[in-house]
Amino acid sequence: MLNDFMIRALFAGLGVVLAAAPLGCFVVWRRMAFFGAATAHAAVLGVALSLAMSISVFVGVLAISLLMAIMVTLLSNRGYAMDTLLGVMAHASLAFGLVAVSFVTDVRIDLMAYLFGDILAVGRSDLAIIWGGAGLVLLLTMWRWQALLLSTVSEDLAYAQGVNPQREALILTLSLAIVVAVAIKVVGVLLIAALLIIPAAAARLISRTPERMALGAAAIGAFSVAAGLWGSWHLDTPTGPTIVCAAAILFALLSVIARPLSARFAR
Amino acid sequence: MAMSANIMNASQQPLLRAQGLNIEIAGRHVLEQIDLDLMRGEIVTIVGPNGSGKSTLLRALIGAIQPTSGQVRQASGLRIGYVPQRLHIDPTLPLTVRRFFNLPGRHSRQAIDDALARAGIEGRGETPMTGLSGGQFQRALMARALLDNPDVLMLDEASQGLDQTGTADFYRQIEEVRNTVGCAVLMVSHDLHVVMRAADRVICLNHHICCQGLPEAVSAAPEYRALFGSVDEEALALFRHDPHHHPHGGHEHHGAEFHQTEHDDAQ
Repeated sequence: MLNDFMIRALFAGLGVVLAAAPLGCFVVWRRMAFFGAATAHAAVLGVALSLAMSISVFVGVLAISLLMAIMVTLLSNRGYAMDTLLGVMAHASLAFGLVAVSFVTDVRIDLMAYLFGDILAVGRSDLAIIWGGAGLVLLLTMWRWQALLLSTVSEDLAYAQGVNPQREALILTLSLAIVVAVAIKVVGVLLIAALLIIPAAAARLISRTPERMALGAAAIGAFSVAAGLWGSWHLDTPTGPTIVCAAAILFALLSVIARPLSARFAR
Repeated sequence: MAMSANIMNASQQPLLRAQGLNIEIAGRHVLEQIDLDLMRGEIVTIVGPNGSGKSTLLRALIGAIQPTSGQVRQASGLRIGYVPQRLHIDPTLPLTVRRFFNLPGRHSRQAIDDALARAGIEGRGETPMTGLSGGQFQRALMARALLDNPDVLMLDEASQGLDQTGTADFYRQIEEVRNTVGCAVLMVSHDLHVVMRAADRVICLNHHICCQGLPEAVSAAPEYRALFGSVDEEALALFRHDPHHHPHGGHEHHGAEFHQTEHDDAQ
């Protein structure tokens, strides 16, 4: 069990879920679940472009995710509903990404790794990128915590007290792009949104304050990573999806245990 | 208007000043040529029919809406306690009353308990915000706005959802606050009887400032009567405002009425 690559996988997963925990809470509170998924889909285009241009995948994904987030923010003032806009952008960038990949002849197999992640192939430099990005996101969210929270409760209350909710939203979008970029290797494009949302949603069932929900999400995420690695080792299943399955099972268990709270949550 | 207000309070700088404020939203002129000074210690009430731009004016004053032209100036370091018309807290966000009061600045346990007691919702600190009744919620919003010792208290139809005792308490609290804290109060209200009793100055708004001044002067002004009828009439009848028979409901004639404001100020 204590093979070197398993230890690296564990630390890679922990880095991602720790950064995803507070961020995932905001994604849930602000009803941005689809935003996370859309950013992740856009990342495929980032992967394709970075492979074509031989630059770091992390940089390419980060750039495209940010571009996508900024474009959505700009376009959302033009009269389209957010979900429509995200639908257009997410699937368009996914399609363009897949088409772009086909021009790069030798990466067809690699693409599967980016769609589903390959946490067991995480190397030392990947680990450095993941923990660098995760640390940055954690610092950003902790630094802006009060302001982010107030902006989430009410933009007007934020304005009245000298907090600019648009700036806070930008910080959130930026953090989201960073997490997507670092998490691609771990769970892949298709399951990143799951690591953002499921631990946070599960933690909501047992939390009375925003802080406890964020900590709970981190704990649930960390447990899911450990359980997912253990499960995939013993069951010989793909690791990224097994981690997400573990989180989903935790969510289901908590929903049953925390019934009175879950009634309020479902409302 | 701004000039006459200055002469009246020559020794004082206004806490808040709007100059030539114009706001267009989606091609509609919501606010036109608003000049407004708010001085320390005065209670100013804005009255006007539905859709006349009352909430927009408050939101422009806190900086939530950028004016199309004109400007809003806040005294430096101005603390605003803002009580919005509505506040929806997403049920996925676990937020106790105490946690809500600690946004964005932290307060001592004692200070929050005292504020809750003053607001008539003693011992509700650990209740989730979503578990409060409409009236309790409104009281909590008000208590939170007062917690920071604001220079300006802004209330957007904040007595909504309060029962009769609640409303009476509410306005008593406003006068008390003005007398003890010494802040300015700017409120939007539909409750004309209370307005006439509690306000130092009434602003009658219908996209532009129709008239303003002492409550007695405004209620006698033809512009006000055109909007609300005579104050002596049954209170409910005052709200039956028919825009088609409104002599200055359009945006074209505001220049003529505008002089009325100077006249009223001088009284």
